[in-house]
Amino acid sequence: MTTAHAEAADGTFPHEPEKATLEGRNKVLAFWLFLGGEAVLFGTLFATFLALRNQTNEGPSAAELFHLPLVAAATLLLLVSSLTSVFAIQAMHRGNVAQLRNWLLVTVLLGLAFLILEIYEFSVYVRHEEFGMTTSAFSSAFYTLVGFHGAHVAFGILWIAVLIGQLLHKGLTVVTAPKIYVSAMYWHFIDVVWVFIFTVVYLLGKVG
Amino acid sequence: MDWITTVDHKKIAILYLWAGGLFFGIGGLEAILIRIQLIKPMNTFLDAQTFNELITMHGTTMIFLGVMPVIFALMNAVIPLQIGARDVAFPFLNSLGFWTFLFGGLLLNLSWVMGGAPDAGWTAYTPLSGKGYSATHGVDFYTIGLQIAGLGTLIGGINFLATIITMRAPGMSFMRMPMFAWATFITSAIILFAFPAVTVGLVLLTFDRILDANFFNVAGGGNPVLWQHIFWIFGHPEVYILILPAFGIISEVIPTFSRKRLFGYSSMVFATILIAFLGFMVWAHHMFTTGLGPVANALFSVSTMLIAVPTGIKIFNWLFTMWGGQVRFTTPNLFAAGFIPTFTMGGVTGVMLASAPADFQFHDTYFVVAHFHYVIVGGLVLGLFAGLHYWWPKMFGRMLSETLGKWTFWTFIIGFHLTFFVQHFLGLMGMQRRVFTYLPNQQFDTLNLVSTVGAFLMGVGMIIFLVNVFLTSRRPADAPEDPWEDGRTLEWTIPSPPPEYNFKQTPLVRGLDAFWKEKMAGHKGMTPAEPVGPIHMPSATILPFLMSVGIFIAGLGFMFSRDEFSSSIMSFLFNNYIVTALGLLITFGSMLMRSLFDDHGWHIEPEELEGR
Ligand code: HEM
Ligand SMILES: [Cu+2]
Repeated sequence: MTTAHAEAADGTFPHEPEKATLEGRNKVLAFWLFLGGEAVLFGTLFATFLALRNQTNEGPSAAELFHLPLVAAATLLLLVSSLTSVFAIQAMHRGNVAQLRNWLLVTVLLGLAFLILEIYEFSVYVRHEEFGMTTSAFSSAFYTLVGFHGAHVAFGILWIAVLIGQLLHKGLTVVTAPKIYVSAMYWHFIDVVWVFIFTVVYLLGKVG
Repeated sequence: MDWITTVDHKKIAILYLWAGGLFFGIGGLEAILIRIQLIKPMNTFLDAQTFNELITMHGTTMIFLGVMPVIFALMNAVIPLQIGARDVAFPFLNSLGFWTFLFGGLLLNLSWVMGGAPDAGWTAYTPLSGKGYSATHGVDFYTIGLQIAGLGTLIGGINFLATIITMRAPGMSFMRMPMFAWATFITSAIILFAFPAVTVGLVLLTFDRILDANFFNVAGGGNPVLWQHIFWIFGHPEVYILILPAFGIISEVIPTFSRKRLFGYSSMVFATILIAFLGFMVWAHHMFTTGLGPVANALFSVSTMLIAVPTGIKIFNWLFTMWGGQVRFTTPNLFAAGFIPTFTMGGVTGVMLASAPADFQFHDTYFVVAHFHYVIVGGLVLGLFAGLHYWWPKMFGRMLSETLGKWTFWTFIIGFHLTFFVQHFLGLMGMQRRVFTYLPNQQFDTLNLVSTVGAFLMGVGMIIFLVNVFLTSRRPADAPEDPWEDGRTLEWTIPSPPPEYNFKQTPLVRGLDAFWKEKMAGHKGMTPAEPVGPIHMPSATILPFLMSVGIFIAGLGFMFSRDEFSSSIMSFLFNNYIVTALGLLITFGSMLMRSLFDDHGWHIEPEELEGR
């Protein structure tokens, strides 16, 4: 039962450091399971949204509300950030800490830009369209689904930011590597969810 | 302090047991109060509002805070031992799961002293649970308390899944795993896929109540039936979260006390998986009367009845295990034997309810109350008693008294059938559920009296059990490793109670019923799979406790964020979400601490292992 650190220190840094220890493997496995639960969570939110999306209660409807270019821009930012997180993991597998740090940083910044666009979008709806949480069942479902995703993005940004700090502080070890790997899995997941939101909420909303 | 910071699964098991026991006692008291109210027609012991609060809290407490933690207690105590592991996969998360459960439960029960308990039934059907019908903070305590407690359950489920997938001893393939471990594995999978649904449901209801959202509010375009779908997509699997562990326990106890291997082991495994799978497909059998239409009703009716097939397989396998075995009726086995016919009766009324046209008659009568208590009390609680008496010596190193155990069994089971058997007839005669009193001379009087007497007898059984526990705790801890002498699985190969590292050397598993196999081959113990070496242990930590305190504060803060307070300081703190933010700060701060300061753990050296 060697500790994680002993292995990391002896110079033979493993190619897939996130899977080098039992703890690391457990973490990755448990995170897959957690994402299974998250899928149910978003599934339920989507079902709720689909059930209520036409219940506008004389408030604005999706077709009147959504401004696709803005949403498309946000989508682009988020998709690119998924790509940069892949670059980060590749850099990690090469053992290149500086690149890893930089790609993580880019990912965080892209996520932040996405979040700012989303906040802007919401604020436009609330201030100019009089479309708030209480307006209709549609509005409640919209803000809850999209807002839940936004909260996930915000959490991801904080999380990866802390991991960058940890990376600078402790370097790449078999303890930090699984955390970084898992955060990248998380980031992909919320990206996939966004693709569904883009389709189900925005495109479907515009079409009818 | 030791208990607050522990990450040892065996100690966490004991924490779950005490906390679950406490809530079970509260829920039991609530049941007794309900039964006193119903002892005679037109009783004025309780008023209608209190009665509604009592049935709501009784159901909610029993299910989420009473029996689930006791199940988790047994899983925590036994699973790592049964699969030959030194701990669970994530000791830190294990502790976090317990503390969030406890603080969620405390929050829910605070409602009694903070202006009114939830009163919309444990199913919290909208619009009854909306602000229009339920204006106190009761339902907010329900949504937020259960949310926090549910988080703990989810964490526990993921932890057990990872533990069972990766931490089994060498040689223990899935098809050599004890049935209780299988039950835990499948139960955890159900938790993982069912709990997020109720998480969402509770969020939506919270938003409706606190942020004036419109999910279930018809005037704003919302849909109350949506709540029922979300609730039961979680709620039906939930009953399998409760009963599968009981199946697992029975499958351990019966072979041990029959000196025979479990009949049809692989069919047991597949039946368990099948039940879990079907459990997700049948939620709308709770909604036959909402008007889903004949096609939906027929489909859900048939799929529900299908579950009787794998369940029947299980019942027959238990009977065949006993058949021709050298059966010993110790207390655990008495409970296991009592379980089989009692649970079967609950299953039969279940099939009756699954018939949609019949359900139109039974719906919301005492027939339903009788049915689910046969399943949950006659099934699960008897199973838990079997498990507690069976594993008590392993958990505490002390044998419970057999004499008192038998007294517990007989008073409890007689009381149980007195209470609930007659309720079938009350229901068929038309007595409604969730109604605080009834008129005289409808032929309800005598049967209700019998039912209440039975409830008191069950209470006596519980008290005898507590006396047994108390007396036992004062005796020396001298239980042998294999106190029942016919132990078949790995937990009986190590001292009672086990040392904190469980296994000095990880055992090598050579077949199903690993220990029994070695015994039959004439060996005294297991063959080790590794030499004696230093054992890495995780260090104790207060962070899970702090994180849960933080969530608790944030929950309270959010709940009162729209209230008017007489003191301006309070208004300032709550209405500006300062309390909420403070709570979240404590939680996220603790997470940050966890992330910044690595927990290297510590080692137990071989000399120390030999020294014992
Ligand atoms: C031990 C003795 C128990 C007694 C005497 C008892 C008695 C009762 C009574 C009288 C009701 C109210 C029926 C109504 O008016 O609707 C009730 C409801 C209920 N009980 Fe029990 N109960 C017991 C144990 C349990 C246990 C162990 C559980 C679950 C693990 C449980 C779960 C429930 C549920 C879910 C409800 C429905 C609450 C609702 O309608 O919202 N009970 N019980
Ligand atoms: Cu059901």
